[in-house]
Amino acid sequence: MIDAQWLHIFAGATFAGFAFGSARNRANSKRWGNMAFWALLAVSFWFGDLLGDVGNGVLVLALVALAGMHFLGRSSGGSTSDEERERFSERFGNKLFLPALIIPVTAFAGTLLFLYTPLKDSGLIDAKSVTLVLLGIGVIIALLVCYLWLRPAALAAVDEGSRLADSIGWALVLPQMLASLGAVFAAAGVGTTIGALASSIIPEGSIFLAVLLYALGMVVFTMIMGNAFAAFPVMAAAIGVPILVHQDGGNAAVIGAVGMLSGFCGTLMTPMAANFNIVPAALLELKDQYAVIKAQVPTAIPLLIANILILYVAGFRL
Amino acid sequence: MIDYWPLLGIALVVVGFALRFNPLLVVATAAIVTGLLGGMPFMKVLAALGHGFNQNRNVTLIYIVLPVIGLLERHGLQQQAKRLILTMKRATVGRLLIVYLGFRQVLAALGLTTVAGPAQTVRPLVAPMALAAAEKEHGALDDETAEHVQAMSAATDNVGLFFGEDIFLAVSSILLIQGALAGFGIELTPFELSVWAIPSAICAFVIHGARLILMDRKLGRGR
Repeated sequence: MIDAQWLHIFAGATFAGFAFGSARNRANSKRWGNMAFWALLAVSFWFGDLLGDVGNGVLVLALVALAGMHFLGRSSGGSTSDEERERFSERFGNKLFLPALIIPVTAFAGTLLFLYTPLKDSGLIDAKSVTLVLLGIGVIIALLVCYLWLRPAALAAVDEGSRLADSIGWALVLPQMLASLGAVFAAAGVGTTIGALASSIIPEGSIFLAVLLYALGMVVFTMIMGNAFAAFPVMAAAIGVPILVHQDGGNAAVIGAVGMLSGFCGTLMTPMAANFNIVPAALLELKDQYAVIKAQVPTAIPLLIANILILYVAGFRL
Repeated sequence: MIDYWPLLGIALVVVGFALRFNPLLVVATAAIVTGLLGGMPFMKVLAALGHGFNQNRNVTLIYIVLPVIGLLERHGLQQQAKRLILTMKRATVGRLLIVYLGFRQVLAALGLTTVAGPAQTVRPLVAPMALAAAEKEHGALDDETAEHVQAMSAATDNVGLFFGEDIFLAVSSILLIQGALAGFGIELTPFELSVWAIPSAICAFVIHGARLILMDRKLGRGR
């Protein structure tokens, strides 16, 4: 059965490739730092389950040390020039989109095919990670197509992959780091403390104020933790269930679903949600690392107001 | 009496980000300080950090697409994305991103959250197309405007994802809501929850779509 394990082996190989590609890139004065960083991630994907918790903790500290002491760099060297790219695009035309579309189409069509046909029971792919596995298969097919059609130099995929990885740099692993911070926060009881804090300032007698506090609590806690998943159980326990559902008789489905979505408005506004807000800025090579957040705030605030109104009207007035 | 000491970790994160220290360093420091203040011995904090990191490897998995995207960029993918937009007479940056917003919301509502994203679609396709559409309408852009157009491309991807995915029954956030409420004795089906994601999804499309139309107008006025 193809499961997440296989995907981890493939991902480990990809990061080993980034390490090799970084080491080859003489235009980058910090290439050894980059090499070490990607090699550690390859080790994590290949051997993470064998290292033990403390071993993984040491690996994390090594990654942090490399990034914190500014041992990572980037360079634009090694790829084709803009002029060459213009010529290539004239030559290959719109067919260039096809390999890029192979990945989403494989994941899309493959997932549907798998979930709605007898393949589901065949045990070929682990149902828990079917879309991710198909994404990996899509990547392999797309790589094959690129090599057969474009006939680039043998190591081109390694060089180009590491060029992009180097341009993202340490931000690439930040989302995973924040997820582990969430785990430590949970173990240290941060959620319980915030919940106690929120329920101690709950106003008496006004349903609207309680709704407001619930939604704003979701937003603030989501902005701190970087994702609404960590915030929801805490705010549900502090305000959502005891006050809004039990005391005020609100519709539990609305309070659950729209409460979570209020938290998502917070996700749009925080650097802690690095994979959505910081990584894209790095990927697009924007000068301001907070540019994506700034572009999102004017959507997030009116949308939060809309969510609060939905919570109040659909939760209590319908 | 509530023990407020572990909250110091949160303060460290906020201050660290504000002072623009390396975020990996900030996060690791905050994790260790929080654990220690929460009464855990250092080795246990280290183990919790390592365990969390190993459990969340799938978050980083998406970067297996980078070699393919890099290869295609080497052969002119972004240039071709611009060329394609130039052939579309009625394409403006706002209209282009509205179409992408709707497309992303519908795909996410069908449970297909990983088929698009910053690495998969925004950098190679959406951002270059948005830039080309803006330049076609309004001529060469100054750096600030170009950066805003690209940032809006990434923002549109996020809004579409966040306010589409919860309509799908089996997405992790719906399952989490269901599980959390079940813990309080409130039994709901995923369907009962996910229908209530639809009003917010419509609001998100209207609000963000309106901003995209305004962006078109503002770019037009700038000249």
